[in-house]
Order: sequence, then structure tokens, then C-alpha cells
Amino acid sequence: MRKKFLFFNLLIFSLIFSLEIKVLDTPNDAGNSLTILITKPMDVDYYQIYRKEEGKDFILIGKLTREERCFIDDKVVRNKTYSYQVIGIKDTLKFSSNIGYGIPKAQFFNTARINVLVGIIVFSFLILYFIKKARKGEKLFIRRISGLDAVEEAVGRATEMGKPILFVPGIGSVADIATIAALNILGEVAKKAAQYDTTLLVPNRDVLVYTVAYEVVKEAYSNVGRPDAFKEGNIFYITDSQFAYTAAVDGIMVREKPATNFFLGTFYAESLILAETGAATGAIQIAGTDMVPQLPFFIVACDYTLIGEELYAASAYLSREPLLLGSLKGQDYGKLIILFILLISSLLLLLSNFPTFSIFSKIIEFFNVS
Amino acid sequence: MQRSLPLGLCFIMGILMIIQFFSPHPISQQFFDTIIKWIRIISAFALVLGVRSISLRHIEAVKRRKSGFVYSIFTLLALVITAVLGLVFGIGPKAPIRTIFNNILVPLGATMFSILAFYMASAAYRAFRARTFEATLLLISAFIVMLGMVPIGNWISPHFPAIAEWILSVPNMAAKRGILFGVALGVIATSLKIILGIERGWLGGRR
Repeated sequence: MRKKFLFFNLLIFSLIFSLEIKVLDTPNDAGNSLTILITKPMDVDYYQIYRKEEGKDFILIGKLTREERCFIDDKVVRNKTYSYQVIGIKDTLKFSSNIGYGIPKAQFFNTARINVLVGIIVFSFLILYFIKKARKGEKLFIRRISGLDAVEEAVGRATEMGKPILFVPGIGSVADIATIAALNILGEVAKKAAQYDTTLLVPNRDVLVYTVAYEVVKEAYSNVGRPDAFKEGNIFYITDSQFAYTAAVDGIMVREKPATNFFLGTFYAESLILAETGAATGAIQIAGTDMVPQLPFFIVACDYTLIGEELYAASAYLSREPLLLGSLKGQDYGKLIILFILLISSLLLLLSNFPTFSIFSKIIEFFNVS
Repeated sequence: MQRSLPLGLCFIMGILMIIQFFSPHPISQQFFDTIIKWIRIISAFALVLGVRSISLRHIEAVKRRKSGFVYSIFTLLALVITAVLGLVFGIGPKAPIRTIFNNILVPLGATMFSILAFYMASAAYRAFRARTFEATLLLISAFIVMLGMVPIGNWISPHFPAIAEWILSVPNMAAKRGILFGVALGVIATSLKIILGIERGWLGGRR
């Protein structure tokens, strides 16, 4: 009986100390979480995670299934010490782990984004290099973009027909780069409209976009020596409600019958409603967006569509400024690098399936973006 | 000064926002939150300009009896009524402005959204006219994908859902990712040009 009791005690003792945990400061965060790792798991049903603050008792903060090994406690305060214990539960038995300690600390640099930093540096270097080349007067070949070649024709058509041009800068905010790209194109379109003395209507959904668009058009008219032709009321704010804005722009298209419609910027569900209404009025339509789901709608309903990056290239393409054209060349080389990386990574991924080349999976991990 | 001040501000803020992206530290997060607050404050001021713009445009339309000026009267009335109701009764859950929002604006928005279904049909008709080789390819792949997504497709042949899935996840995804790569590079290039003051279109020109 005594032997049996001793054996049972020894068994419990060994089980108690077979569950081990480690408490780590979660990397790359603002110091608001700790990671509890089960380094030596046990055959249990589930785990209970307990936390203790200085001067307080242990409290249950979460559970892990028998397969899970990591728990992130994001209810902690930076620079405070916490103790953790994990209890493994199997039927009615409880197995305690060692007590782990941790202090959540904030990091200044997110090391998980090193790959992004490297990418930005390489890409920026390429752009600046080609801008420098363009500054020296070197001629750079830029492929034709039919949608942008058609801008001149579209403005000319409106002039001939004596009808206005409608420019919709999307429904994005001024913080969207696509909206800024659209505003850059607006400047070029406004210059042409001013030269041809054609009415340019710019309805806006965002107040900040409205104020910027207003200044862009006003400045464009001044730049071509036609400040007198600028009409304040033609650049206007409508509403920030998505479909109310769509209805208003549709109304403008139906009533004013613009000869040319530009839909450039960020678009969502309203893209097809706008483009189809414009097509029904018989206007020549040039659209451009970086919103991939909206591109098919523009392609079927518009005469020309700037797909993704073409929207960003438009300003340089239209202005033909060497400095801006240089950046386009940099973009092209950036794509070449991406293509090269894709090919190499695909090859490495295939090879990493073989145990001998499993090291390659570590290299591929570098390209994961967090 | 009129040009160099915005350019200088743009450069400083651009660089700070890049640093912020790479730093998870609370100071960095606090800076980001402050910037978001500033944007809200600036938007609130800009809204005054927006209201002025919409009012002037519609008053002008009514004065000149432009085509559809009746809509301008409605717009101006709606602007005044909602503003007065909002200022007098507030924006609480039982405020009249909520009634207007829930019973007028929401159904009108839903109506506009539902029109999309009809426009999709007309756009699909135009896209699927097999006039060229590409349009024929589009027609065939769309036909397979549509069949693969509905129960009848599976009933005709169990291969339809699998082929539809393959079209969506392989050729379609490849094209989509290709576009996204271009977009990402375009965004970086445009941002860089703006931060460095090479692209000044947003300032109204390049003088």
C-alpha cells in the first residue's frame, strides 16, 4: 500500500514538472502584449492560462486547445512585470507548469518590415536614378497608352460639339494616392480645356478633394494664361453620401449631356452606374482606377480604361516632363525586379519541398509582408 | 513662399509618415492618431467651403432657371431643413434627423444600389457580344464561371464548379496580381515624386 502511494506521488510529481512554458515579449509591437509559449506540452484535453500582476492573485485569462502552443496576452500594460502559469486539464486531473515572467516592452523598429524597407530603398533608388538620367537630357522610351493619347481627342470633341467635359475624381479621400493621381491628370485636362475654352465640370464627393480640385483647376487656367475663363461654380462639392453623389453625377450627365466623361480615381459600386449612364448619353468616356474589382465594369462601359498603374503614369505621360518620365522608367525596372524575384522564389519554393533544400523555405519567408 | 511652404510641409510629413510605418512604438502610434485627428479637423473646416459651394451652385441654378432647377430647390430645402433639425434637435437616436436618414436617405441609397443589377445586365450584354477572339474567350469563361457558381452547374456536370474555381484562382488571380504589382509600384513612385516635390500637379501646376 505504502509502495503504491509512493509510486503514485512520483508519477504526479513527474507529470507536474513535465509541462513547461516560456514568456516572451511579443516582438514588433507597442509594448502591449506578451507571448506565452508552451515549450514542453503534455497529453491533456486543454490548457488554462493564468496571469498574475504584482501584489495580486493569479486570474484565468484564456484557454488553449491541446494542439495550440502559443497564447498572446494583449491585455497588459507596457513596462509592468507579469507572471504566468499554464494548467493542463485532463479529465479531473490538473497539471501545473512552471511560472514564467515577462515585461512587455515597446520596439522602435518593426523588424518584420525589413523586407518592405529594402524594397522601398531599391525601388526609390531606381526611380531617382532614372530621374537623374532624364535630367541629363537622355531620351527615354515610354510605351504608348491609348487611353492617354485619347485625352486630347476627347477634349477636342467636346470643343467641337460645344458641350462640357465632366471630370469625376472618384469617391476616395485626398489621402488615397489614386485620388492624387486623378487630381494630377485633372490639372492637365484643365489646361487643355482652358486652351480650347471648353467648360469643365468637376463634381466632388469629398470636401478636401473639392478644395484641392478647385485650386488645381484655377491654377491650370492661370498657367495657360486664361484666368478669366475659370468659372468657380464648375468645380463643386455635392455630398459625401456614395449613392447620393452617384445620383447627382448621373443627373448632370443626363441634363448637361457632356461630350466627354473622365472617371479617374478610386471607385466602388458606383463605377458601373456612372459608366453606363455616361455610355447611354453617348459621351466618349475615359476611365482609370486602381480598384481591381471595378476595372471590368469600366472596360465594358468606357471607350478607354487606364488599368492600375497607367493611372499613376498619366500625369507624366500627359505633361511629357522629363523628370516625371524618368520615374516611369524606374517603375518599369521595378516590375522587372519583381518578375525576377517571382521566378526565383517559385523555383526555390519547388526545391524547398525536397528535404535537402528545405533551407530555401527560410529565404522565401523573407518576402512575406506583415 | 506660397509654393515652398506646402512643398516643405509635404516633404517633412511624408518622411515622418514613412518612419511611422516602420515603428510600432507608442510615440509613433500617438503621432499617427494626432495626424488622423488633424485630418478630421481640417475636413470640418473644409466642409464649410463645401456647403458654400453646393449652396452657390444651386442658388445660381434657381436664379437662372437652368434646366432641372426644381431639383436645385429641393436640394436647397433639404440642406436647410436637415441643418436646422440637426442643430435644434441634435443627432440622438430619436432625433428627427435620424428619421430623415433612416426613412429617406437609406432607401434612396438602396434604390440607387439596386439599379446596379440592371446596369450589370446591359454591360454584360455588351461585353459578351462575341465580336472578337478576346470577347469570345470572355464569353466562354464567364459562362463556365457562372454555371460553376450555381447548383444547376453541378447538376449538369460536377466538373463545372472545379473548372470555375480554377479559372478564378489561376488565370484570373494571376492577372489580378499582375495589376496589383503595377498599382503598388505606381503608388510608391507617385508618393516619392510628391514627397520630393517632383510631382506638383496637386499644387495646381509646375511653375
